[in-house]
Amino acid sequence: MASITSDRQAPPSGLRRWLNRTATTRTAWLYLLPAFLVMGIITFYPLFYEVWMSTTDYNIKNLRYDSPAPNRADQSDACTTNLKGECTWGLLENYHQIFTGDLPVAVANFSFWNVLAFDLVWTFTNVPVHVIIGVLIAVLLNVKGLWFKRFYRAIYILPMVLPSLVIAVVWKNMFDSQYGAINQLLSSVSHLFGGTPVTLRWLDQVDQPISFLPLTLSYFALLITNIWLGWPFMTIVATGALQSIPGDLYEAASIDGASSRQQFTSITVPLLQPAMIPAAVYGIVATFNLFNLIYLLSGGGPLRKTEILVTTAYRLVNEQRLYGTAAAFSVIIFFVLLGLTLLTNRLTKATERYDA
Amino acid sequence: MATSMTARSNQPARTKRPKPQLSYGKQILYQALLLLIAFVVMFPILWVVSLSLDPRNISRPTELNLIPPGASLTAYEKVLQQPTSNPVTFGQLALNSTKLGVGVALFSVAIGVSAAYVFSRFEIRGRRFLMLAVLTVLMLPSIGTIAPLFVMLNKIQIGATPADSLRNSLLGVGFSIISGALPFSIWNLKGYLDTIPRDLEEAARVDGATLNQTFLRIILPLAVPALAVTFFLGFLTGWTEFALSWQFLTRPSDFTLTMSLWNMTGQYASTTPWSQFSAMSLLVAAPVAIVYLALQKYIIGGLTLGSVK
Repeated sequence: MASITSDRQAPPSGLRRWLNRTATTRTAWLYLLPAFLVMGIITFYPLFYEVWMSTTDYNIKNLRYDSPAPNRADQSDACTTNLKGECTWGLLENYHQIFTGDLPVAVANFSFWNVLAFDLVWTFTNVPVHVIIGVLIAVLLNVKGLWFKRFYRAIYILPMVLPSLVIAVVWKNMFDSQYGAINQLLSSVSHLFGGTPVTLRWLDQVDQPISFLPLTLSYFALLITNIWLGWPFMTIVATGALQSIPGDLYEAASIDGASSRQQFTSITVPLLQPAMIPAAVYGIVATFNLFNLIYLLSGGGPLRKTEILVTTAYRLVNEQRLYGTAAAFSVIIFFVLLGLTLLTNRLTKATERYDA
Repeated sequence: MATSMTARSNQPARTKRPKPQLSYGKQILYQALLLLIAFVVMFPILWVVSLSLDPRNISRPTELNLIPPGASLTAYEKVLQQPTSNPVTFGQLALNSTKLGVGVALFSVAIGVSAAYVFSRFEIRGRRFLMLAVLTVLMLPSIGTIAPLFVMLNKIQIGATPADSLRNSLLGVGFSIISGALPFSIWNLKGYLDTIPRDLEEAARVDGATLNQTFLRIILPLAVPALAVTFFLGFLTGWTEFALSWQFLTRPSDFTLTMSLWNMTGQYASTTPWSQFSAMSLLVAAPVAIVYLALQKYIIGGLTLGSVK
């Protein structure tokens, strides 16, 4: 086939030669075109539009196709009064309002800093627990001579394959103070020991269960659910890594008289690290943005004490209908995530260098 | 230690190299622990299944029952007729969710795979920049662009009345989901295409195959498992999508399964018996959970492919 095409014609002209030379490049661009055309319209353009929106007071007045454009800082007549009745509308007014909590519509208990702090606490209490439980169960399942391994593996994957949305609503009902399965289970355990029925108000008790920790009972309900949800992924990653550790290492170690605990800390743990750290980074970003679970289970309550950044942004659109503020909030989320990613990347790199 | 174990166990002595065995004490301890974990994992699932079989149509369960007295499928019948007070059948809701799922999956795989191929193979100018753009979008949560998508789609009229905007339609929700699903599908497919050895393509090029021929006759057939998994993940995204549809859609005929499930939960649902809520949960979860289990090996391979590198 190649020979037929090469000697079919007289020496090609300059243009033709150029076309031949760039044929592959042109086809490559053609292959990229559909995806980037579509993303240009529905992914990248909305992002730029969002940045523009974040400098305006875009709200429900501006929503219809024939309604006026929102106010901007560079318009001389743009004057929006804030809660205190002052005329202020700078380019970064939305950002200012978010950081000070002075939104155009009063929102009870709104505080960006509290939400950010809770989101970080939420993330960094979840992921280590997922990783530790995940690794321990993977090690347990990897014990040689253990019976029914396949049975356990088949069951343990279930939290991963069920849609998180369904899990969230099911656990919401399970945490019901009167009819929920958790209180009924705890009651039957307490009954065994002659105790009284348990009526914990998991999702709406405002008092902190541990007096020195500013975390509500709903945080613990969310934590329990998310641990149930999160460890199987870590177990799967750890199992894959465990099976690639050569058995000779353990053999050699036991010949040298290392106890099984020593083998765990000086062979298993360091050799699991390269697999577990990227999985943990993935877990950190996923947990930080875990919309479904928090919005559907605790609803951010009580008193917005379990709200995270993405659920707050959603409420700004869905409840307060402050589209400009929501846009600014999303831009802030973007920078927070960028910071979080750079930080976790640095941690990953640091541990890599330590290993090498 | 190994010898003492084999001595204690009742294995026939004819095996030449005895497998390392657990002592019975440890075996029982581990089994107890693993059964406890299995119980914790199964507890919510068993709870929903047993509630969904409850025939009494009582509003709320008052005690834990593994198999409720006189188990029946009446709750499922009720849900299949009309799950919520909105005048839509389960069939319509499932059709809407399927439209979103199939639409998102088809669209993001069909136009994603060629871009993924270029990202995986060609050193064209601007490739790094474009890949960075895709990665940046991937980092953003889908809720992050809900404000601009909402107001932009709201200004596009597709009918006579002001309510007939693209925003208030499944099509608009579908586009908004694809906005995040397409970058994901490109990245996921690129990760898989990177693992296909290049020898075959080089051999084909030596034989004079064009890029189109290589792509269509060599790469696509080899990538079928990855295409299937990415298609399924796209379907899953559309089928389980909640936040966008909840915000965008107002006509009951457009509602999806996930929206109705939320309508049957918590404060909105004081009149919904939990047997029906449970039946609905299982009906929403089962189709995707079964496919996920079937494709498990490939999906998890793909998920860890990107992270373990």
